[in-house]
Amino acid sequence: DQVLHIVPETFQQVQHLQLLCSTLMLDLWKPLLPEDIRAGEDLHIRVSAPRVQEVKDSLDQHMISYRVLIPDVQKLVDQSMPRERSSHRQVSEGYKYTDYHPMEEIYQWMTQIQKNNSELVTQHFLGKTFENRTMYYLQISQPSNKPKKIIWMDCGIHAREWISPAFCQWFVKEILQNYKTDPKIRRFLHNLDLYVLPVLNIDGYVYSWEKERLWRKNRVPYKNGTCYGTDLNRNFNSSWGSVGVSFNCSSDVFCGSGPESEPETRAVAQFIKSKKSDILCYLTIHSYGQLILTPYGSTTKPPNNSEELMHVAKEAAAALTGKYGTSYKVGSTALILYNNSGSSRDWVHTIGIPLSYTFELRDMGTHGFILPADQIQPTCEETM
Amino acid sequence: ELPPNHFPAGRAAAVAVGYLRYLRGGPGRGLELSALRRARRQDIDGVGHKYCLELELEDVLDKGRTVNCTAEVLYHLGSSSTAPDVQLTVQGELRSTEEADQEFYNRIRSLEKELVAENIPDSHGNIPPELEPIHLLAWAASGYVIWQNSTENTKFHLAQVQQVKQVNRSDEDLQFDYVLLLHEMVSQEVIPWELTLLWHPWRGARVCRD
Repeated sequence: DQVLHIVPETFQQVQHLQLLCSTLMLDLWKPLLPEDIRAGEDLHIRVSAPRVQEVKDSLDQHMISYRVLIPDVQKLVDQSMPRERSSHRQVSEGYKYTDYHPMEEIYQWMTQIQKNNSELVTQHFLGKTFENRTMYYLQISQPSNKPKKIIWMDCGIHAREWISPAFCQWFVKEILQNYKTDPKIRRFLHNLDLYVLPVLNIDGYVYSWEKERLWRKNRVPYKNGTCYGTDLNRNFNSSWGSVGVSFNCSSDVFCGSGPESEPETRAVAQFIKSKKSDILCYLTIHSYGQLILTPYGSTTKPPNNSEELMHVAKEAAAALTGKYGTSYKVGSTALILYNNSGSSRDWVHTIGIPLSYTFELRDMGTHGFILPADQIQPTCEETM
Repeated sequence: ELPPNHFPAGRAAAVAVGYLRYLRGGPGRGLELSALRRARRQDIDGVGHKYCLELELEDVLDKGRTVNCTAEVLYHLGSSSTAPDVQLTVQGELRSTEEADQEFYNRIRSLEKELVAENIPDSHGNIPPELEPIHLLAWAASGYVIWQNSTENTKFHLAQVQQVKQVNRSDEDLQFDYVLLLHEMVSQEVIPWELTLLWHPWRGARVCRD
């Protein structure tokens, strides 16, 4: 289909155009009614593909000059519409890990992943969000009669950091796909269980898909519903409210009404507390900045095991750089980034979990939060 | 001497890059920081804090080739109402954009209807190729805002172009009215910023309303 732009010059031309419109039932975009077609004024008509030649011939015959405004209407429509998302999309086999997925699809993915990998994967209830959505984590665990230590990873604590949940999904896929063939992964799972929370701040994530792409916090209302959202990564009980926060709900670093005031924070904190003697390593995935951050944010005083923390982090950064040359900086939040308090990573460390890291994935600000989907694969591969 | 990994040097580098983008950016050139090699800070009594930086830059349209640059960023004492002073020297030549600039200029001048666009990039990070130059001009515009509004306690990046409207002019300049969304790292706020950018192939970019 094409859209033609015509400026009729004479009354006869106007009449002819009106006739054309009514006999061929053309779609008038401007003006809306044939009786409003005037000499000297813009006329835009959409002509369906089979009629295009006929109409153009008729215009030529009557010496009416025209210009093609839109050569392919369908193409424009396709470009300006979000892609069709089939809710019955085949998950796991056909699941595109190189695309960003809305929460609905991530829920379906978790179900499928467990179904397709039931010997290794179980889906567990963690808690509920403010808007009553269920928080699930995936446990990847090789059956064994001995108790195993745990590595916990959560993604999507900040809604706009879409590369983060994308990474959690990729991570799970990589582990499961390569479990049988990669001895490193088998050895890993022989000794450790992996617990992955693909989206922690589900309400916020949904909001960033549906309403505001750059939303960060959760969606709990404050001040009589005039203001929304707590920064979940300022809401944990680690020097809560001391530095790098705001007590004003409209701030993006609003720390909530008290430590663990938010349901999402409580769900995670309760679980981690219950398993804390078994958790070896805590990873929380964010973007952007290309950083591996160690405790603390509230003080530059290093944690007691800072040497080990840094050593491991530096090795991780080197391995990451080895893949595509992407450079990551390593260090404590207070030195590398800014001061903050109430972060999940700091809290986890203070309750005794020795290895606790925040990853800030790609990039360094060129795209920031809105990382193009074509960078999902390289980002995930190098981080893996 | 400052550790280049730590945030004070990083914040000053962002100001220098913003300034450079404003000065030398355009529809055919998008400069980004590829590495901060060295940073020194000098506290000048009664004046402010001066950062001396050695930067490595890259043009997103000419990746793989880096250009070195030295910069001095002076944050004035006490006032967050005066823009930091920036001086910089680019070593060597930046890739010429004459042809691309002229092509872009002609294309926009010959548009039937004034260009209007929203959400660049879209939520998934996509930018239609014909809007890429508009996006790079937004970088130049954001460079001005970042330079003018930065302090030692802020670090700005352009998060998204919320809206751009081209406005026809009777003179030779192209005019774009932008609404930019700037992300400030320390407060984590996303701040909308309206401004008008003028651009011409030889005169470059100028912000005329902020």
